[in-house]
Amino acid sequence: MRPRSDADAAATDVLLSVEGVTLTFGGVTAINDVSFDIRKGEIRAIIGPNGAGKTSMLNVINGFYTPQRGRLTFKGEARTKMRPYEAARGGIARTFQNVALFKGMSALDNIMTGRSLKMRRGLFWQLLRHGPAMTEEIGHRRKVEEIIDFLEIAHIRRVQVGRLPYGLQKRVELGRALAMEPDLLLLDEPMAGMNLEEKEDMSRFIIDVNQEFGTTIALIEHDMGVVMDLSDRVVVLDYGRKIADGTPDRVKNNQAVIDAYLGVAH
Amino acid sequence: MDLLYSIFIDPFVQMATAPDLLAQTLWEGLVGGMLYALIALGFVLIFKASGVFNFAQGIMVVFAALTLIGLHKLLVQNGVSNATAAAYLALLLTIGVMFVLAFAVERLVLRPLVNQPDIILFMATFGLTYFLIGFGELVFGGDPKIMITEDLRLPTGAITYKALGGLLSLQRLDIAAAVIAAIMVTTMAVFFSKTRIGRALRAVADSHKAALSVGISLEQIWVIVWFASGLVALVTGIMWGARSDVSFALEVIALKALPVLILGGFTSIPGAIVGGLIIGIGEKLAEFYWGPLIGGGTDSWFAYVLALVFLLFWPHGLFGEKIIERV
Repeated sequence: MRPRSDADAAATDVLLSVEGVTLTFGGVTAINDVSFDIRKGEIRAIIGPNGAGKTSMLNVINGFYTPQRGRLTFKGEARTKMRPYEAARGGIARTFQNVALFKGMSALDNIMTGRSLKMRRGLFWQLLRHGPAMTEEIGHRRKVEEIIDFLEIAHIRRVQVGRLPYGLQKRVELGRALAMEPDLLLLDEPMAGMNLEEKEDMSRFIIDVNQEFGTTIALIEHDMGVVMDLSDRVVVLDYGRKIADGTPDRVKNNQAVIDAYLGVAH
Repeated sequence: MDLLYSIFIDPFVQMATAPDLLAQTLWEGLVGGMLYALIALGFVLIFKASGVFNFAQGIMVVFAALTLIGLHKLLVQNGVSNATAAAYLALLLTIGVMFVLAFAVERLVLRPLVNQPDIILFMATFGLTYFLIGFGELVFGGDPKIMITEDLRLPTGAITYKALGGLLSLQRLDIAAAVIAAIMVTTMAVFFSKTRIGRALRAVADSHKAALSVGISLEQIWVIVWFASGLVALVTGIMWGARSDVSFALEVIALKALPVLILGGFTSIPGAIVGGLIIGIGEKLAEFYWGPLIGGGTDSWFAYVLALVFLLFWPHGLFGEKIIERV
């Protein structure tokens, strides 16, 4: 556990705040009046039983869904409707619960797509493959190689990702998100389907990303041990409502949370 | 024995004894193949960007050609006296129409279907086909039209010269078609392989969700590729139209693109070219040398049979991406 208390975070530190968000699909309410915030530099976990609305929440943050009610404020700017690629331009990167990679491309090309927003030179120079565009491409490539080294996937950089085992695919996906140099990184179950050793590796990467690059991370995870170890603060959802919010220790002992996970006699 | 001789020996004897006929056949096959390649290219562009076989590509060829002819007529009737100027003005306007079409397809058909399974998008292109047929007949009428070849100043006539112990006759129009197709294909290939749009294209084809998450705008990419394939359709329409006339029957030539794509691979621009040439040349050779053995008519099925053989040995095509599915 890293030292950090609720007290040392001033209100100005808030990177993203979610206020009264409600999301419905037809008659089903996936998220019901949920509010919480994510502070700069923290690892924020979103947990809850299956169907609690966690992935829906990430989809709202990254613009896949537009909530019917409520407000999101990212980097001090309120936004109502936002397309996913606009969210990406604003500095939000993410990974998916079931890995979403470009299966026909190599690991390297996949990670390079993460740089596509940062490429500034026009089509003309890119066609020439010369001059400023070449310098730029080399710069991006260097950055991507750094990420590849960091994630220890140098040996598979030329391999088509469809062939890789699941754990490595998740790592490539993380690499693609990192290549965007995001302000906010959303991880949807980064350790799902991994064995113990892979989970430990992934935990280490997440902590390193957070500490070395200072990236703010919001993650969904089912492994409680991992959540309690990694996160600074935890928000707990159940049936689309927020039932608890606070440090891992506080949340762990919250009666509503225990009831939600273990069930309660009504 | 006679049968075996006439299948395996005689055609080659004929080729060797009359090289001028062989050269003429090869040339005609090459030109036909070039046009197949152009049609296939239109499919490849859209397939690369959305993983969808665009059933409407054939009708887009007809639609583009009809628009060009219709606009030309309109301009001439409304006082543009110089027919060539009118033709090129109509060409520019038609390019504009193809852009509007691409934009409308993105806005009205593709955008509401983001993240849907490929088969849904495929069905949507069927809908688009029938819409364009209906809309085209409404606006331009159903009767065949004549392409404005002369007003576009496309070369006509033939160059005839003695070679290989006989007379070779090359249509000037075919030569022009070959040159234009080559320029067009090279430009597209470079554009889509050397710019970041090329990478974005492949990304979009693989996964909409993931492409969106790294900040690729699906809208922009789709408009670009539909516009590009609209341009290809226009060029194809002019070239085909110049050789026969322009009617909705032309739409079925799009089906010839299927064997071409199977040969070349659905995702490869060079594949579309090579596939088109193999089909074009193969078709002509088969028709000329082996066709008489079975009473002719080989060109209606030869391409498909060739594609079938390829499917057995190269299911991804000659240049296609080999996507491995883990089970």
